[in-house]
Amino acid sequence: MNAGAWGLLLSSFLASAVETVEAFTIVLAVGITRGWKSTMLGVGAALCTLAVLVALLGPGLVAIPIDVLRLVVGALLLIFGLQWLRKAILRASGYKAMHDEVAIFAREAAEAREQPPTDRSAFDQYAFSLSFKGVFLEGLEVVFIVLTFGAIHGNIALAALGAVIAVALVVIVGLAVRAPLSKVPENTLKFTVGVMLTSFGIFWGAEGAGIVWPGNDLALLGIVVGTAVASLATAATMKRERDRGLAVAT
Amino acid sequence: MTAVKNFVAFLYDFVVGDDWRMSVAVILGLVATGLAVRSGLNLWWLLPLFVVAGLGISLRRVVRKNGET
Repeated sequence: MNAGAWGLLLSSFLASAVETVEAFTIVLAVGITRGWKSTMLGVGAALCTLAVLVALLGPGLVAIPIDVLRLVVGALLLIFGLQWLRKAILRASGYKAMHDEVAIFAREAAEAREQPPTDRSAFDQYAFSLSFKGVFLEGLEVVFIVLTFGAIHGNIALAALGAVIAVALVVIVGLAVRAPLSKVPENTLKFTVGVMLTSFGIFWGAEGAGIVWPGNDLALLGIVVGTAVASLATAATMKRERDRGLAVAT
Repeated sequence: MTAVKNFVAFLYDFVVGDDWRMSVAVILGLVATGLAVRSGLNLWWLLPLFVVAGLGISLRRVVRKNGET
């Protein structure tokens, strides 16, 4: 397996792991407070919908000419990646609250308890909707990343493998501890995924627009390092400025 | 109609997210890069420049807003 294939596998694994941790927290909170039957029905329905999406969009993406695919996927990845990176920088510098799975679990569980109770053997619309929404929305990001990365590399199966390993790992660990996976360094993972999505977006987007990168594929490594260093430096500078501002105010 | 509106709102939130300025910077960067290539110039640094500018402007706005409150 070459470096590109490893990059593909790693990117889809990391992105999927982050999203699965978030979906797992919602499902766990709903399942514990409202019962598992309707919750798992919601999870199953969401997974089926995502599978249909992959089956519909996957073959179509592979059929698109590679230059057009690079341009469109590059632009989408860049827009998407910048959102992740922006949030990660704001969290790292203290301008946005850190993602806290324990707090999210407590909030979701409290909201679920406030809903009128239903017989645990009957169908619970609230539990179904919430688990469906949680898994579908988080899963949609995974599908987007797997399909776009996979299509450009011409290997959707490898990207899907990274996602499947991540989902399996998170679910196994989650079921073993039966608690929100708060020890997963989610903010660091999000930072890493943001850097990767943005870097791949720059590389493919520019190639799709007709650019020949100096050093060809090696340029991607430079872009990843450059994006990571610039993002970390920005987060550190913003944190310093914020701390200075707080010190002056107190 | 509400379902269509909701879907468009969801799509906008999913793709564009918190700040549309970054998306505009990406599109402008790609258009400028494409125009440069058509003029025979291989300006590979142009897109990264637009990306840095878009992200920088977006972050600056958050910092400023935070300073005002």
